Amino acid sequence: MIIREETTLIYDGTFDGFLTCVFEVFNLKLPQVKIIRKSRFQESLFSSNLEITSDSQKADRVWTALQKKLSEKGKSRLYYAFLGENPQIENHLLEYIQYAFKSKSPIDCDFTNKNVLKVSQIAKSVGREKHRMEAFVRFRLSKDQLYFATIEPDFNVLPLITKHFESRYADQKWIIYDLSRNYGIFYNLETVDTITFDFPSDFDPIKTTEAFFSSEEIEFQTLWQDYFNSTNIPSRKNLELHVQHVPKRYWKYLSEKQPKL
Amino acid sequence: MSFERTQEKLKILADAAKYDVSCSSSGSKRNNKNKGLGDATGMGICHSYTEDGRCVSLLKILLTNYCIFDCAYCVTRKSNDIKRAAFQVQEVVDLTINFYRRNYIEGLFLSSGIFKSADYTMERLVSVAKKLRLEENFNGYIHLKSIPGASDELMKEAGLYADRLSVNIEIPTKEGLALLAPEKKREDFIKPMVKVKNEIIQYKSEKNIIKSTPKFAPAGQSTQMIIGASGESDQQIMWTSNYFYKKFNLKRVYYSGYIPISYDTRLPQIGTDVPMLRENRLYQTDWLMRFYGFDVEEILNNENQNLDLDVDPKLGWALRNLDQFPVNVNNADKRMLARVPGLGMKSVYKIIEARRFRKLNWEHIQRLGVALNRAKYFLECGTREFERRDLTAIQLKSLILQNSNSKYRTALGPQLNLFG
Repeated sequence: MIIREETTLIYDGTFDGFLTCVFEVFNLKLPQVKIIRKSRFQESLFSSNLEITSDSQKADRVWTALQKKLSEKGKSRLYYAFLGENPQIENHLLEYIQYAFKSKSPIDCDFTNKNVLKVSQIAKSVGREKHRMEAFVRFRLSKDQLYFATIEPDFNVLPLITKHFESRYADQKWIIYDLSRNYGIFYNLETVDTITFDFPSDFDPIKTTEAFFSSEEIEFQTLWQDYFNSTNIPSRKNLELHVQHVPKRYWKYLSEKQPKL
Repeated sequence: MSFERTQEKLKILADAAKYDVSCSSSGSKRNNKNKGLGDATGMGICHSYTEDGRCVSLLKILLTNYCIFDCAYCVTRKSNDIKRAAFQVQEVVDLTINFYRRNYIEGLFLSSGIFKSADYTMERLVSVAKKLRLEENFNGYIHLKSIPGASDELMKEAGLYADRLSVNIEIPTKEGLALLAPEKKREDFIKPMVKVKNEIIQYKSEKNIIKSTPKFAPAGQSTQMIIGASGESDQQIMWTSNYFYKKFNLKRVYYSGYIPISYDTRLPQIGTDVPMLRENRLYQTDWLMRFYGFDVEEILNNENQNLDLDVDPKLGWALRNLDQFPVNVNNADKRMLARVPGLGMKSVYKIIEARRFRKLNWEHIQRLGVALNRAKYFLECGTREFERRDLTAIQLKSLILQNSNSKYRTALGPQLNLFG
């Protein structure tokens, strides 16, 4: 079957789902195509829609084929860019992949190509956000001896930071919870699992209260705030630089930026 | 540990340690072992920034600010009337572990005033690191200060537990040191540095034969110089720096603008501005030496003993060497591209990658995100469009300054007006 008009492929928002769409574009030889995640889809009169079910085998075939066409860096850029959640990203990625398959030599450094540049730019912002989260996560010790952190990153970076925290905090239980995407990762001393939960109605993620956190936690937060203030050199004050490095939108969950406990 | 007492000590001993600018936490190769705590394999992470814009990566404290020396430039000098305090070894260990577990820091930076003797002090520093490694199975980053005059045996032990060791030479010239810290001798600074350098070389050669040789200071050594306390020239500073990089294989030399802390007449008086712009220019020069393939003599020599404050050192060099420009984007080698004012190494990399696919024109270069406001006067794309035309160095400088917005504009006011 050959479809000539523009087809919209709708998928579940997962990376496997996206790769399955890519598989179908080649499989069904779709000439004009748009890929969109279900949560963003709006019915349109002028195109035919096709709902794609995630299929890990099909996704793996695309990913394996890409191995031969892209460097490790090129492949990780692709995944990073996907996690950037840009509304147009699926189509940039599709064109990027089509270009990679068509070309005889690797294209992931062809920065004058608009899709290669776009993907590498988005991947760069996602990488920056990943690095920021590795820096700005602040664990707080809960009453049941669990190190708990809440974040609201600009992009969906939890899958990218898992390994970093797993190899670093190997001897303590911890949770990093993304409040804007409502899911988290939980390390139970053996493995890291994805979790979602409903917070009790009296839980305020910004406050460190004795109802949820250990008394020792409040002491160490105080010591950290003191340290943060003592290490500042007032005669070199440079707030512009400070805010450039620690943008205000991240202050909400930084222990050193909380009012004195 | 008693919370109030620790709190008091932390305030005093963090405040006293803040003038040491090193905050690097990268370059080590320490993996997490046996599911312990911490990992120092990746690049360093700045977990926060103080309001003066400096990164907070390590818990930077003194073990004590009691000191038997009376160095004029130092806030903990014996004759200074300040509150004194001393941590116990276990207190430092507990603070480090608990800050680390909360993802506040990458590790510990431990320095100290010198009490009793160099060895006595060094021994205490080593025992903190040893306890962290052996008792707490801590694999985060540890930076220890080498105490001038410490024995070889202690330096060797320090290197087994620390990732980085550093000893601050503080004053760039011998004469300055004799004036401001008459009790200290340059040889005392050099001695631990030599020992650490030799141990690192030995570790590397043994490692080739026996893979399990215990690590020795995997993130190397660094040092720091105070800028603007003893009237030295930029040439003296950077030539000293270059000497230390080459002679002791240092990873980093830090430059710390002197912050007036004393009414001592040998020093700039309290209220004098911290030479932040000068400090910035010195770091730029340091980068040019380490990453951009410049020889220090090309930038600072007997004809040019001080860096320009109004332009960065690379632009300054280019203006003195206009005969080497313009550089062709499409066929210049990496070394020459790196010398173009305004091009950073990332832009150089992008240009080199992108030009393998097609011949680049101005539009391509702009799309790559390369900043052209300075570079355009020194580059050409093989077309007839070339911005410099036949401008002289002075005209060029004034053109660039007119069209740029330096963050130091206020500090530079009078100079800028000359060309504005």
